Amino acid sequence: MRRGLFLPVVCTLGFVFLYAPIVSLVVYSFNDSRLVTVWGGFSTRWYVQLFTDPQILGAAWISLQVAAISATLAVALGTLAAYVLTRFGPFRGRAILTGMATAPLVMPEVITGLSLLLLFVAMEQIIGWPGGRGMTTIIIAHVTFCMAYVAVVVQSRLSGMDESLEEAAMDLGARPVRVFFDVTIPVIAPALVAGWLLAFTLSLDDLVIASFVTGPGASTLPMIIFSKVRLGVSPDINALATIIIAVVALGVVVATWQMRRSMRGRRTS
Amino acid sequence: MSTPAAGRGPMTRLLAALGLSGRALVIAVPLAWLALFFLVPFLVVAKISLSEAAIARPPYTPLWEWEGLRVTLFLNFENYAYLWRDALYLDAYLFSISTAFISAAVALVVGYPMAYFIARSPEPRRTLLLMLVILPFWTSFLLRVYAWQGFLRDTGVVNGLLTGLGIIDEPLRLLQTNFAVYLGIVYTYLPFMILPLYATLVKLEQDLLEASADLGARPVATFLTITLPLSVPGMIAGFLLVFIPAIGEFVIPELLGGPDTLMIGRVLWNEFFGSRDWPVASAVAIVMLLVVVVPIVFLRQIQAHAEERVK
Repeated sequence: MRRGLFLPVVCTLGFVFLYAPIVSLVVYSFNDSRLVTVWGGFSTRWYVQLFTDPQILGAAWISLQVAAISATLAVALGTLAAYVLTRFGPFRGRAILTGMATAPLVMPEVITGLSLLLLFVAMEQIIGWPGGRGMTTIIIAHVTFCMAYVAVVVQSRLSGMDESLEEAAMDLGARPVRVFFDVTIPVIAPALVAGWLLAFTLSLDDLVIASFVTGPGASTLPMIIFSKVRLGVSPDINALATIIIAVVALGVVVATWQMRRSMRGRRTS
Repeated sequence: MSTPAAGRGPMTRLLAALGLSGRALVIAVPLAWLALFFLVPFLVVAKISLSEAAIARPPYTPLWEWEGLRVTLFLNFENYAYLWRDALYLDAYLFSISTAFISAAVALVVGYPMAYFIARSPEPRRTLLLMLVILPFWTSFLLRVYAWQGFLRDTGVVNGLLTGLGIIDEPLRLLQTNFAVYLGIVYTYLPFMILPLYATLVKLEQDLLEASADLGARPVATFLTITLPLSVPGMIAGFLLVFIPAIGEFVIPELLGGPDTLMIGRVLWNEFFGSRDWPVASAVAIVMLLVVVVPIVFLRQIQAHAEERVK
C-alpha cells in the first residue's frame, strides 16, 4: 500500500512545484496591492498600466518581429540540416554538421552571446557588414541557436516517416526537389509547425544572447522585463506574464484539438 | 539520392556547369551558416582573449601588425595568467561546477520518480502528464524565475505561509542564498531531466519486468536489478542536459542568488558589461568552453549510441 502511494504523491508534489509559481503570477496580477503577501482586492489596474507603457509596447513589437523572422529562417535552415542528416547517408563534413547542429542546444548562453558579438564586431571591421548592431544581429543569433531545436524536432519526424512514399515518387520520375516539396514537406508539416512555434517561443524568451548582440535602440521585451525585475517588485510584469500564459494555454488547447481531429480523420479515411 | 545532372532542369544544369551538384548545395547551406555563426565565433573569441584591453573602438589591441611584408604578432597570455592569479575566477569556476552538479543531482532525484510514474501511467493520462511537464517550458523562463523571487523574498509567499501557520516567528532568509540558486536551476531544467528519462523508461520491455516478477522477484528487487540499470543512459543524458547549461547560467544567480553567489556566467557578464574588458571576458569564455566541451562530447556519444540502438 505504501508503495502504491509513493509515486503518485511524489508526482503530484512535482507538479505543484512546477506550477505554483505560475499560478501565483496569475493571481497577483489581479491584486490591487503592490505587496505580494497582502491581498488588496481584485483589480485590473496593472493591465491598464501595462498597456499604457510605451516602453513595454515598443519592446514587445520588436520582440514579436524578431521572433517571427528568426523562427521562419530557423525552420528553413533547421529542416535542411535535418533532411541532410537523415537522408543523405555519409558525406564529407557529416560529423561536423551533426556536432554543430546539436551543440547550440546545451552551449551556455553567455558563451554564444559573447562569441557572436565578437564575430559581428570583427566582420564589421573587415567587410563593413553588419553596420552597427540591432535587430539584424539579434535575428542572426536567434536563427543560429533556434535552428538546432528545429533540426531535432524535424529529424525525429523524418526518421519516423515512411520512406517508401519518397521512393515511390522518385520511381515515378519526380526530381528530388519536387519530391521534397510535394511529398516530404506535407508529411512532416506538423513537425515544421511545432519547430516554428518552439523557435518563436525561444526567440521571444531570450535575454542573454540578445543583450550581447543588440545595439542602441533595439531593446527586446526580456531586456525591459529584466531591468524592471532587477529593481524589485513590479506588478505590471505579473500582468504581462498572465497574458503570455493565457496565449500559451490557448495555443496548446488549439493544437491538441487540431491533433485529435486530424487523428480521428486519419482513422475514418 | 544524388542525380546525374545531364538532361535535368535548367537550375541543375547551371549548377553542373559550375561544377556543383544540387546535393552539395543542399549540404552547403546549413553547414556554411553554422560554420560562420557557430564555429568561427569561437576562433574570434580565442583571438581576442590573446589581445590586450585598450581604450579604443573596439576596445582591444590588434593581434598582428603589417609593416610592408613583415608581420608582427602580439600574443599576450596575460589574460589567462590573470585568471589564474586572481582567486575570484578559479573560485567562480569551481562554484559553478559544484552548483551545476548539485542541481543536476537534485533534479535527477526529483525527476526520476516523476518520469517513472508517467511512463507507467495508462495511455490518455500519460500524454496529459507529459504535456504538463513540457508546458511550463513554453512560458517565459525569465518570468518563471521572477515568480520565485515573489515566493522567496522576506515578505513573500513562503515566509507569509510559515509565519501565518506559526511555524516560525522571524522570516527565513531564502532569497539571495545558494539554496535559492539550486532551487531555481532544478525548477527551470526539470523538464530536460524528465523527458530523456521518460524516453528510456517507456521503452523498457514489459516482458523483462513480467519475467522477473514470474521468477519471484519482489517489485523493489525488479526495480533495482532491471529498471534502474537499464535506465542509466537516460539518467546520464538528463543529468548532462541540466549540468552543462547550468554551469554558465546567468539569470538564475543574478535574480535569486546573493551578491556573493559568483557563478562564472555572471563573472563573464560583469567583465563584459561592467568593466568593459573584452579580452578578459573572452579568456573567461574560452576556459568555460574547455570546461563544458568534455561533457558535451560525452552527451553526443550517448545520444549517438541511443540512436543506433533504435535503428
